[in-house]
Amino acid sequence: MSSSAAVSPPSATGAKPTFFSRLKGGDQVAYLITLLFASIVLLIAVLIVYVLWQESSLARHKFGFGFFTSQAWDHNEENYGALPFIYGTLLTSFLALLFAVPLGVGAAIFLAELAPPKISNALTFMVELLAAVPSVIYGLLAIFTLVPLMRDYVEPALKSTLGFTPLFTGPAYGVGYLAAGAVLAIMTFPFIISVSREALLDVPREQREAALALGATRWEATWQAVVPFAKLGIMGSIFLGLARALGETMAVTMVIGNVPKISASLLSSGYTIASVIANEFAEASSDIFRESLIFLALVLFLLTIVINGAARLLIIATTRKGSS
Amino acid sequence: MKRQTVVGLALVAGLFGTLALAETHIVAAGATFPYPIYSKWFSEFKSEKGVEINYQSVGSGGGISQLTQGTVDFGASDRPVTDAEIAKMKSKPVIFATVLGGIVPTYNVTGITKDMKFTGEALADIFLGTITKWNDPALKALNPGVNLPNADIVVVHRSDGSGTSFVFTDYLSKVSPQWKSKVGANQSPNFPIGLAQKGNEGVAGLVKQTPGSIGYVELNYAVQNKMAYGEMKNAAGNFLKADLASVSAAGATAKTLPASITNAPGANSYPISSFTYLLIPSKIDDAAKRAAIKDFLSWMLVKGQTYNEGLDYAKLPASIVASEQKLIAEIH
Repeated sequence: MSSSAAVSPPSATGAKPTFFSRLKGGDQVAYLITLLFASIVLLIAVLIVYVLWQESSLARHKFGFGFFTSQAWDHNEENYGALPFIYGTLLTSFLALLFAVPLGVGAAIFLAELAPPKISNALTFMVELLAAVPSVIYGLLAIFTLVPLMRDYVEPALKSTLGFTPLFTGPAYGVGYLAAGAVLAIMTFPFIISVSREALLDVPREQREAALALGATRWEATWQAVVPFAKLGIMGSIFLGLARALGETMAVTMVIGNVPKISASLLSSGYTIASVIANEFAEASSDIFRESLIFLALVLFLLTIVINGAARLLIIATTRKGSS
Repeated sequence: MKRQTVVGLALVAGLFGTLALAETHIVAAGATFPYPIYSKWFSEFKSEKGVEINYQSVGSGGGISQLTQGTVDFGASDRPVTDAEIAKMKSKPVIFATVLGGIVPTYNVTGITKDMKFTGEALADIFLGTITKWNDPALKALNPGVNLPNADIVVVHRSDGSGTSFVFTDYLSKVSPQWKSKVGANQSPNFPIGLAQKGNEGVAGLVKQTPGSIGYVELNYAVQNKMAYGEMKNAAGNFLKADLASVSAAGATAKTLPASITNAPGANSYPISSFTYLLIPSKIDDAAKRAAIKDFLSWMLVKGQTYNEGLDYAKLPASIVASEQKLIAEIH
């Protein structure tokens, strides 16, 4: 929906007082009822923060801000820190976008601009289908195909060519940051295609025709006239994908190796916030252990808010630049 | 308006009241490991005596905390309850062992046809990361004539807190001083190395997928999924493959309950064995529930045990059955 912001018609509001005044009585009722519904959104957000804040008080007091920088995850000493999980969450999400954005945007350009309608319709249907597949199914796919592929072909190849950098060192087990990033890329890919494609389709015909009339080839028209016009919608699709990657739980936990350590190598195992909560919460026996996991949930929530906020700022900044 | 609400509430309450009188509903929660046999027992017991017991397999820790909060009538756990946990409960729980299980080292090493042999010390060194290759001299000495490859060992353990991990690390703590000082016995151990997966199925899945890997799973899980697993050297010095008889033999060495029966004495005792327990409050106020639970316990100790082996759980030894039958009287 947000993608259509780029092409919203110039001010449709204003001169319709008669229509509203006719329905005035019912109007206020409708206003109040829909306001009530909309306020549920705010209520849920506030409730999440409140519950997480309340239920993590023990851990917050014990660890304080040190929680964000500590690498400890020690059940014997009951000493817990969030850094390896924050690192893993950000790294896997970054890898996911690194793979999924070029592929997703490229595929969207094909579907929206270049493909014959028959192919475009069939593939678009498939994309919508993929977007609706539950994440645990992607996890199974990853365990049975992606992990062996990584272990036997991709990771040895990376080690032999790029092994001199710290990014591709250590044993190749198949599971780890790279596999998690890859499965997240597969999962965010349909979202990016679907939303970007709609943004591209919303670009007015004149934009294309003007470029073609100036003598541009079809690709030049697409790349230089259509894609920049749909930039906002495409960025929206990327942030939607990022949101999914940050919070993804099941598929990641199945392939990341679940080791609470920080490693520079993309081949090593790590952990994400969502997967440690899913793994350990049910059997978190001591109070401080359980509350540390809830504290982690709060950290994930804040992380999502910060990243979404940054995304908003980025969009505002780029629209200003575009209009000036 | 107000009166109507009150009448309505009274009606609803009355309805629930009569339902509760008509049938005794018992709710329990806890360990996932005995869930298959418990659900068999509860359904057989229901068809025989008409008492329904609802069991949520949420994990040992979850069972203990739900019992503490009073949301269930009794709990179930693979590990013994700690004194601190008992102190938080309304009444001291009476602890009944129900079935026995064994934990086996399962591995994926290409080119090995015979079952591998392990000692507790070797297993501890593998999980500590001191033994890193399959052709390590310690493993070669244990497995003469086996063509062990010059390959890295990939350790796989549990990512979730688990009674299985507790029993496994309890055993390693008993046989390896290094393990005891560096890691110890814990349901969520600080494993120094290795990859982690959730549940028996997660560990088994990754071991199957990864050449050169080793992990630990419940015996019944390994049997039902036809996985390769090794022989363990027991306290008497014999190499044994876990089976229902050798696990039961380890159980028979327990004098009092709850007991740790890892590294148990006896020529035929499998060393990584454990009981799993029901935690019954010693004081149950509802007379109907109390009678039903006591009835179930007597049934479980005799008739219930006959269902065990069909589901790959070891039977309680006769000595334990006799002492637990006396224990039922402690529930008031």
